[in-house]
Amino acid sequence: MNRASAAQALISDDMIKTAEITICATTAICDPLGALYLPESQTIVVSDLHLEKGSAFARRGLLLPPYDTIQTLKLLQAVIERYQPKCVISLGDSFHDRVGAAGLSSECHSQLSALIANRAWYWVAGNHDPDRPAGLDGDWVDELYLEGLCFRHEPSSTEATGEVAGHLHPAARVVRRGKGVRRACFATDATRLIMPSFGVTTGGLNLRHQAFRGLFNKGQLIAHLMGRDRIYSVPFERLIA
Amino acid sequence: MTIDSKIRDGLEASALPEPFASWFAGRGWQPRAHQLALLDQAQSGNSSLLIAPTGAGKTLAGFLPTLVDITVHEHNQKTGAVRQSKAQSRRRGIHTLYVSPLKALAIDIERNLATPVEEMGLPVRIETRTGDTPQHKRQRQKLNPPDILLTTPEQIALLIASNEASMLFADLKYIIFDELHSLVTSKRGHLLSLGLARLRQHCPQLQTIGLSATVADPEALQAWLVPQIRGEEPALSERIIITGGAKPHITILQTDERVPWSGHSARYAMADVYGAIKAHQTTLLFVNTRSQAEMLFQALWRINDDNLPIALHHGSLDASQRRKVEAAMAQNRLRAVVATSTLDLGIDWGDVDLVVHIGAPKGASRLAQRIGRSNHRMDEPSRAILVPANRFEVMECQAALDANYLGAQDTPPIGEGTYDVLAQHILGMACAAPFHADALYGEVTSASPYTMIERDQFDRVLEFVATGGYALRTYDRYARIRLTRDGTWRVSNPRIAQQYRLNIGTIIEAPELRIRLTRHAGKGTNVRGGPVLGKVEESFVEMLAPGDTFLFAGKVLRFEGIRENECIVSKGGTGSPKIPAYAGGKFPLSTYLAEQVRAMLAEPDTWHVLPQQVRGWLEIQRLKSVLPSRSDLLIETFPHEDRFYMMMYPFEGRLAHQTLGMLLTRRLERARARPLGFVATDYAMAIWGLRDMGLMFERGEVSLSDLFDEDVLGDDLEAWLAESWMLKRTFRNCAVISGLIERRHPGQEKTGRQVTVSADLIYDVLRSHEPDHILLQATRNDAASGLLDIRRLADMLERIKGHIIVKRLEQISPLAVPVMLEIGKEPVAGEAHDDILAEAADEIIAEAMG
Repeated sequence: MNRASAAQALISDDMIKTAEITICATTAICDPLGALYLPESQTIVVSDLHLEKGSAFARRGLLLPPYDTIQTLKLLQAVIERYQPKCVISLGDSFHDRVGAAGLSSECHSQLSALIANRAWYWVAGNHDPDRPAGLDGDWVDELYLEGLCFRHEPSSTEATGEVAGHLHPAARVVRRGKGVRRACFATDATRLIMPSFGVTTGGLNLRHQAFRGLFNKGQLIAHLMGRDRIYSVPFERLIA
Repeated sequence: MTIDSKIRDGLEASALPEPFASWFAGRGWQPRAHQLALLDQAQSGNSSLLIAPTGAGKTLAGFLPTLVDITVHEHNQKTGAVRQSKAQSRRRGIHTLYVSPLKALAIDIERNLATPVEEMGLPVRIETRTGDTPQHKRQRQKLNPPDILLTTPEQIALLIASNEASMLFADLKYIIFDELHSLVTSKRGHLLSLGLARLRQHCPQLQTIGLSATVADPEALQAWLVPQIRGEEPALSERIIITGGAKPHITILQTDERVPWSGHSARYAMADVYGAIKAHQTTLLFVNTRSQAEMLFQALWRINDDNLPIALHHGSLDASQRRKVEAAMAQNRLRAVVATSTLDLGIDWGDVDLVVHIGAPKGASRLAQRIGRSNHRMDEPSRAILVPANRFEVMECQAALDANYLGAQDTPPIGEGTYDVLAQHILGMACAAPFHADALYGEVTSASPYTMIERDQFDRVLEFVATGGYALRTYDRYARIRLTRDGTWRVSNPRIAQQYRLNIGTIIEAPELRIRLTRHAGKGTNVRGGPVLGKVEESFVEMLAPGDTFLFAGKVLRFEGIRENECIVSKGGTGSPKIPAYAGGKFPLSTYLAEQVRAMLAEPDTWHVLPQQVRGWLEIQRLKSVLPSRSDLLIETFPHEDRFYMMMYPFEGRLAHQTLGMLLTRRLERARARPLGFVATDYAMAIWGLRDMGLMFERGEVSLSDLFDEDVLGDDLEAWLAESWMLKRTFRNCAVISGLIERRHPGQEKTGRQVTVSADLIYDVLRSHEPDHILLQATRNDAASGLLDIRRLADMLERIKGHIIVKRLEQISPLAVPVMLEIGKEPVAGEAHDDILAEAADEIIAEAMG
């Protein structure tokens, strides 16, 4: 399934199949649209929205379609409508670059502002967007602690316990009957969780790539792959590089 | 030998000036009539197309006008025979450009041309310029251009986009296009045609010389060579055709073995093929795909008791390994080479005295080209043996053989110029100098592939180049080219020109990984380093799990894993090897041959030329079912092992059948016939399901005319295409060629996901928001003619209207057997979707429960 057509044809809420996971005794729900829901605090976590990626490329002379922000926001709106959260955490790289927020079209700006209004909203700093997004409400933080979990953009090399991070855009590949399928995934070993990237034009990095080395206890690691209407949970050893 | 262009009286060796006349005489040679005819045309100021079989001295013919012109000019200057002012006499730019599709061919020509030039002591400097030419040499070539520059289409595009273009090409007199028939049919040819149009702006008197093998439509090439005027009858160059030469001696392998029903390996014939190799000096063995090449090579070495030097040559092998084979070949050190189309084009390969073609040639012209590889002298007959891999191929080989004798040709048409190529060219022209849109439109439409393009389409492409051409106009401030006050379009900053140069060209390789051989050092660890064997497509490697084995470069390799952009392998391994399924190299059955095979099937009188076992097979088909007439589509239905089958014999090639299969399955699904799957070969296709489709036709539950209605190519096609990987791949190529995304350069792969962007994702975004975008139009046009063969499908649907014959059978028919045997063997080209994921996820559940 691709994210852009998911945004085009959203599947009704009662048809979807989520996956319940536990990170350090905290229960969370992985949604096939790529968001994490924490029922206890009614919080939605999304990571790596990379808004305004198209225009960032356009500035360099590669005129990618200017529709990525519209579609990512549509997905974000859908997931917010689905869970009606009290709190939203955008886990860094919310914008593709520093000037991204300033470049939002007025339509996108008001759509995003409407989502932010009436709920707690946290922008976590990312490597692409190390500064507060200009002209948007919400709190600006480097990291955030909630329900005994720590939310930060880049996974740390030392404090794995209870960490929810993004940055790496994990994806996983399954091969059966000579056919391979590759999907973005939530990657967790019950100690740490790395979120899939949410933006519609963000690529993925295979969970077996060396960038993930040392981050997980491989024996416990499960990839929760995002399908059209459900999450598919596959243990690490069954994944292919 | 005949020449169909008027040759003036008195054209003989004496027509040649010194030192040419005495050089020919000194070697006891007569210049050939076509060489003189071409010289004559050139001297009269005309552009010409020379069509000749291999070995006819085409190269010398092409260069003779240049060599004579430079020599005579030089001579006149020395003797003062013609008085000229200094400015006039001093030529500063290139005199002749030679363009070939292959780097290797340009280098080969440089070598071949050196001999006559040296022996006659001609005052001519010849140099090559390809992607491999070092920077300092390229720089020098710009400052001090050679008389003759041998180069490739990509270099032409680079040169005309540079500031020095007007200086370099101010004095250009001739441009020679070698192997024109193979250049013009691709996007490369489209780009080159636009380049030629630009060169004519620099020098309106420019004359072209096209060298070509025999083609179906020579006038298309003649038009390609000269400027066109939109709305007028095509202008044509002169044409010189040499027919005749010795008739090739082609046979179909005579064997006592049983020809199998299906498959492509021709393993049954190995002993006979090996025998033929032993009986000849040097044999070239052609196959259609790289994986067949690997298999054949293995099979031959398995029975190579005499240890004959037999080598392997295909495009995925490492360049150094290919060079070694080529060198050994040139020195006649090899007895046989197994090769794919990499050896198709006119490079000289030593003394080949036999060509063996494994599998059906798929096109009569392709066969003629390949057979031309043996006995590279025109007056001696080429010897070739065709080895059909299965019974349908026996008929196809026979059809190709008849065609070759009859001189029938089925080269693909040139095709209309594509938008992505035009976009690249427009940006290049802006890099060269500011342009007026009106003038550039006029220039572009003078190139024959682009004569038909409408002004508003041209403007949309121009808009795409400038700002992306999106309905949502947000990129005006990032425009790559801008309309300035004086009415010209200019590049908005120098970085754009730099970017353009890095992304030039139309050849987009499928993403590939280098194969590196390492030593297996026990569990999990591998010694780093080791030689690179070649490249393999990423999509193939993605199907491998560590420990899997596959054939490559004639070795059985064990897959160890992917490290960065390399596929790490070690030697050996057990189990049956999988074989690389390269995307390239699968040719569809040509329309022409397909028709011949249909005709053969319909006319039992022609069967006497077929081997007994094939004849018998067709006889039984006639008894048990029907033989379709030439224009009919035969459909058979029968039950088999609790499934119901519907068998069709359109003979339209695998691609068209696959597309048709997808579409029919959708329709049958809606008609509740409960189809389960389908398989397609070059000749036929089968759909199977849970209900008796024959009965459904009979009862009128499903209408055949509805099922095969041409509107299947409307919404159904659109809906299926939308998610198809084939369209995504096509889009990726269009996106790179048009400059929407950047080409991957070697060594650049590691820059990470943040700076690269996946073409698939862009496609999804664009399709859902702006389905009429110019680049999506370009993609659909490509798919229609290329990957999906939709045009051919449309022709077929029209042909069979009212000509569908249904035969309900109790059991499998003889004709159906080969297709039935393919079921399960042929991967159904297709979409791997969520069901694969479900399988993987549910296995775990099953395990837990069990």
